[in-house]
Amino acid sequence: MEVLQNMSDAVTENDGPAPMGAVEQLARDDVERKKFLRMVGRGVGAAGAAGAFGAFLAACGSSSKSSSTGSGASTSASTGASTSATASGGGDLAIANYALTLEYLETEFYEKVVASGLFSGAQASLIKKFGHEEQQHVDALISLIKAKGGTPAAKPTGKFPIKSAAGVVKLAATVENLGANAYLGQAPNIKDKDVLAAALSIHTVEARHAATLQTLLKQPISPDGAFAKPADMKTVLAAVKPFIA
Amino acid sequence: MADSKLAAPELAAFEIHSMTRASFILRGAMTAGAVYGASAVAPFVSQAVAQGGGGDVDILNFALTLEYLETEFYTVKGKSVGLSGEAKSLAATIGDHEAQHVQALTSAIKAAGGTPAAKPKFAFPVTGQASFLKLAHTLEETGVSAYNGAGPQLSNPQYLAAAGSIVQVEARHAAAIALLIGKSPAPLAFDKPKSKAQVLAAAGPLIKK
Repeated sequence: MEVLQNMSDAVTENDGPAPMGAVEQLARDDVERKKFLRMVGRGVGAAGAAGAFGAFLAACGSSSKSSSTGSGASTSASTGASTSATASGGGDLAIANYALTLEYLETEFYEKVVASGLFSGAQASLIKKFGHEEQQHVDALISLIKAKGGTPAAKPTGKFPIKSAAGVVKLAATVENLGANAYLGQAPNIKDKDVLAAALSIHTVEARHAATLQTLLKQPISPDGAFAKPADMKTVLAAVKPFIA
Repeated sequence: MADSKLAAPELAAFEIHSMTRASFILRGAMTAGAVYGASAVAPFVSQAVAQGGGGDVDILNFALTLEYLETEFYTVKGKSVGLSGEAKSLAATIGDHEAQHVQALTSAIKAAGGTPAAKPKFAFPVTGQASFLKLAHTLEETGVSAYNGAGPQLSNPQYLAAAGSIVQVEARHAAAIALLIGKSPAPLAFDKPKSKAQVLAAAGPLIKK
């Protein structure tokens, strides 16, 4: 595990306030890990393959219903209660703006983490790269929304607890896992093939970020096992609400 | 490649009966590759999908064949090649996921009234841990791009949900293996889809009589 070893080395040599050792400690600390898992909202045992498959098919059925109650095209990520997504085109635009809002938050989060100076070396470059990719998602979604005749959602102002390297990696993992599952939750609701293609191509990149952070935390690369679980808009918006100023 | 077509009838059938569509999708995907990025998401998929084609069961069977390949790679080759350390435990975890994907796709194809594709025989040009991980990385990247390419062609949203739930896990595998071999876990901001023809070009040589 050369890359991670390099990252660990880089952080160990760093005199920053929270070296990687803290993250490793976290990974070993059962209570902290359980708390973390609760925070991420997982903890579902491994059902049989067919059972898991059925579960997400069912989840899919219910999530298509929830899409119409998601955030409106002009965004209201803090409530998630506006219901302007009635027309099918409006539905896709609302989904794209919902994704844009999440990407804005992710981008700002990584920007602030980079600025915090909590990381150096390989970890700092990794975080910078992830942040840059989120910015590209923002740009692509804005272009897409405009191309489809919509109005891109306004950029929210984030507020993130950036205090220690360990806390940041935990929060980043939570956000990326949630982000990936948010895209997964919306994919079956998307009618427009351009919007769907964009969502799919971003979805798996969020998954890559999530798996990388999970690996850093010495957590399972896929918290839900063989089948990722979709997250609906309501769940996601409630989870990100504390991070919107 | 010629042999592999004969030896894997379900893949050959794909290649033959969707030739026009595949080449069309290929063109679309290449266009997408050129313009995908910060400023534009190209309208390529709608062009590709407009060609219609083999239907959901065919796509699910194509995915099933890839999952058979991955499962055998991790659970059989992964054991015989003599892995150790993190490579060994990661291969075990991933192999377990892939086997579950096989089961789930088989169930879904049956539920849709289709006949699950038979498992082909595979040959993996792997001699040790390094070449195993290198091929693992290629297979996972191929899997991600194959599902992302097939996703918009599925007409039943339930299958799209299923494919999405699987591809997210494939992407996680790709990232984890990349970390293990010193490659970038997320090299690009957008994962590019691949057509069936492109996927066959990557996976075909591993299928034997």
